[in-house]
Amino acid sequence: MELVKPAFGLIFWMCVSFFTILFILKKFAWPVILKSLDERERSIADALNAAQRAKEEMANLKADNEKLLQEARNQRDLILKEARDAKDSIINDAKTKATEEADRLRRIAREEIQNEKMAAITELKNQVATLSIQIAEKVIRQQLSTDDKQKTLVNDLLKDVKMN
Amino acid sequence: MKSLPIAYLLKISKVNQLFSLLFFILFSTAAYAGGEGHEGHSEAKFDPGKMITDHITDAHDWHLWGEGHSSVSIPLPVIVYSSARGLDVFMSSAFHHGEDVHNGYAIRDKKIIAVNEMSGPAATATEDATVTAGLWDISITKNVVSLFVSMIILLFMFISVAKAYTARKGQAPKGLQSLIEPLVIFVRDDIAKASIGEKKYMKFLPYLLTAFFFIWLNNLLGLVPVFPGGANLTGSISITMTLAVITFILVLINGNKHYWHHIFAMPGVPTWVLFLLTPIEILGVFLRPFVLMIRLFANITAGHIIALSFFSLIFIFGQMSAGAGFGVAIFSIAFTVFMTCLELLVAFLQAYVFTLLSAIYIGAAVEEAHHDTHDHDAKVEEAHII
Repeated sequence: MELVKPAFGLIFWMCVSFFTILFILKKFAWPVILKSLDERERSIADALNAAQRAKEEMANLKADNEKLLQEARNQRDLILKEARDAKDSIINDAKTKATEEADRLRRIAREEIQNEKMAAITELKNQVATLSIQIAEKVIRQQLSTDDKQKTLVNDLLKDVKMN
Repeated sequence: MKSLPIAYLLKISKVNQLFSLLFFILFSTAAYAGGEGHEGHSEAKFDPGKMITDHITDAHDWHLWGEGHSSVSIPLPVIVYSSARGLDVFMSSAFHHGEDVHNGYAIRDKKIIAVNEMSGPAATATEDATVTAGLWDISITKNVVSLFVSMIILLFMFISVAKAYTARKGQAPKGLQSLIEPLVIFVRDDIAKASIGEKKYMKFLPYLLTAFFFIWLNNLLGLVPVFPGGANLTGSISITMTLAVITFILVLINGNKHYWHHIFAMPGVPTWVLFLLTPIEILGVFLRPFVLMIRLFANITAGHIIALSFFSLIFIFGQMSAGAGFGVAIFSIAFTVFMTCLELLVAFLQAYVFTLLSAIYIGAAVEEAHHDTHDHDAKVEEAHII
């Protein structure tokens, strides 16, 4: 049957055409297409890997940041605490010093007052003594102006001595 | 007289050209069947067997429409060579639809034969059997034209796609690239890489890709009913044979020690079994490309025959009465549309199967010894099932 009998002419042209096209495509088309596909696939894979890496780095960075922030926060707290302590100590020192100074001043004042007082008293005593002597002088002069009066006084004095 | 308004109809409605042509053929056949012509009843009678055979076999001219003298066809160059007469090149129109002898050659049963007469009617010419036996016919036949057309399409397609890849480096595919790319990746990953293996597939990939796209494109062109489609190229045994032989040669020259060892002396088999097994294995070596050849040929030819048979029904019933012809035409066209859809699938499937089996056979031939032999056997076994 004609249908299943191979025809020489067709086989001849098939070989010529097929090998020509195979040669041309093998030289000009397939390498370019396959290489481009490979390159694109590789670049996509690379991009995905890079994205994954970037994501991981991001996470690391975020953790680092968090750590840094925590450290900074701790430091701030520490500094604040120190500042507070310093403030407290300064205030306390100032208070103590002020108290001490006040005490010292008060003590000095008191001493001075005491001294002044003593001086005043001494002077007062001297004045009183002087006054007393003057008064006594005047009184004695008055009372002993007569003899009777002098006798009475002697008697009185003697009476006191007796009682003793 | 009837063809005039139909011809007018042909001109005005380009959309329904195919169907108009169909009805034109229907009417003219009916007119012939009515015995109106002077050519006699026997020639006008519709012969579906002849019509189908004419469509699926090769021809020296591209028949468009009409019968006998009134047929319209594109003449194609005839190139014949014989040591006795030398090279002869002329157009097939010189044969006048096969009725005349030209330059000592005539067409009989669609084949070019050498005759003793230099001119005159072909029917009465006497064949020069010795020259005919030594006649090399490398005419540009219908199938060769179709072959050339497909080659030009393939070249244009892939060179432009390759250019697009260079021009749009690293970018997403566009246009024709988008169509080709998934198929190229499919052939590369699912056919070549899967069957031949990561290490050696690159060597065979150009052949597999070219074969895949060649078969697929020609299967599709065969489904196009108008010129330059419609030739039954991949349903032609010469074409499938050439492709199968290329695969066969690739297996032969690339088959390694391991492969031949398995064929001639299957390891792990008792010696007495080898007497049985080795002939079967050797037969298998030839049987595989043979089956490859037959499968593609039969599938595509069958598709053409089925589609043509549905059309033939129209004319067979049309010969009984025009009304019956119209009635059947509705169902025939519906069935043909359905069959063509199926053939679209078959066109891809057969290209895939041919390429896959080629890859599996090559893969078996180049497989390294340390591979799992069960895997290899399973693969070949699977190949036989398909």
